[in-house]
Amino acid sequence: MDWSALGLHGHAWADIGRLALHFTMLSAMAIGGVLATASDMHRLLVIELGWITDSAFTSSVALAQAAPGPNVLFVPLLGWNIAGLAGMAAALAGIMIPSSLLAFAVGRYHRKRPGSGVIRSLTSGLAPLTLGLLLSTGWVLMTPTRQDWRALLLVLLTVGALLRFKISPMWLIALGAAAGMAGWV
Amino acid sequence: MSEVEIGKAGPRPASLGEVFLAFTRMALQGFGGVLPIAHRELVERLRWLDAAQFVEVLALSQVLPGPNVVNLAIILGDRWFGWRGSLAAAGGLLAFPFIIVMALGIAFRQFGGHPLALGALRGLGVVAAGLVISTALKLARTLKEIPLGLLVGAPLALATAVLVGLLHLPLLWVLLGLGAFSVGATALARRRREGR
Repeated sequence: MDWSALGLHGHAWADIGRLALHFTMLSAMAIGGVLATASDMHRLLVIELGWITDSAFTSSVALAQAAPGPNVLFVPLLGWNIAGLAGMAAALAGIMIPSSLLAFAVGRYHRKRPGSGVIRSLTSGLAPLTLGLLLSTGWVLMTPTRQDWRALLLVLLTVGALLRFKISPMWLIALGAAAGMAGWV
Repeated sequence: MSEVEIGKAGPRPASLGEVFLAFTRMALQGFGGVLPIAHRELVERLRWLDAAQFVEVLALSQVLPGPNVVNLAIILGDRWFGWRGSLAAAGGLLAFPFIIVMALGIAFRQFGGHPLALGALRGLGVVAAGLVISTALKLARTLKEIPLGLLVGAPLALATAVLVGLLHLPLLWVLLGLGAFSVGATALARRRREGR
């Protein structure tokens, strides 16, 4: 076991604070789920700060997708890959706390006044943006493999299979891992 | 809508432990998304709420920022057992999957240099992109039904994708600009439609 993985990987505590702050902000903006904000995480962490590589970014999302459970768990893994335990805790707390408190408060309010028109305007008004954000996340996740036509083919196959047939994503995840190990993509 | 009555009549969880276990069970079955499983478990198997109640809480969870299924757990847990119920439900959803994801992450880091591990990660990344894109395209089918319609909705979606994905604009600006416009226009369109 390499215990140095627990450490800050050369980051200062101010960096941990910055990580926590950015994820806190994104938590409040994560309309349509946390994956919709992955492009913005990529913008800051890969493009602007260079704290994590393209392939490590995509791998973190991919591993969380391959494991059972909510997709949001790619966030603590990103934090872990950037700055060990402290990074993991900062990222997890940041992404979870604001949205959870809001959900709790709005859930209680809604129980007293169900069927408010504001909620419906928000839901259908933000639907196009959510769609755009998810497309952009897909594009960002393809960054390490975008030059490879076989990878593009596998993306198309995945999308086609999921839209056409009622197939469990688990099979496609297994196919992806196998194709990667065989060196096809 | 009998939404206020969740947990008041019919079957409901007997204890916090039962809530925790139910959500753990759900999470561990959810590969590539837990929401479809949540419906099957909560509505069909446990019958802790009916389909209409589920849809109502789901809509709320989806419009709120943050992980949708965690929001759903927090709202439902609260209806059954107050804030402790929220903690039990969200905790059940996250605890074991968190351990699994971190273990996978650490294992891949240990064997990170191995070509097989690298290959598997590369392949998983490609499929992950496909999963997200297919979720987006499923959402595209619903654009016909929103008040703004496909003619406004599709360009808005495309503009969002380009601004965030290609031009790397901060999400905050896009939400404040396009998001505010879209929600405002939707509210207007709904009012006009209901006015007639």
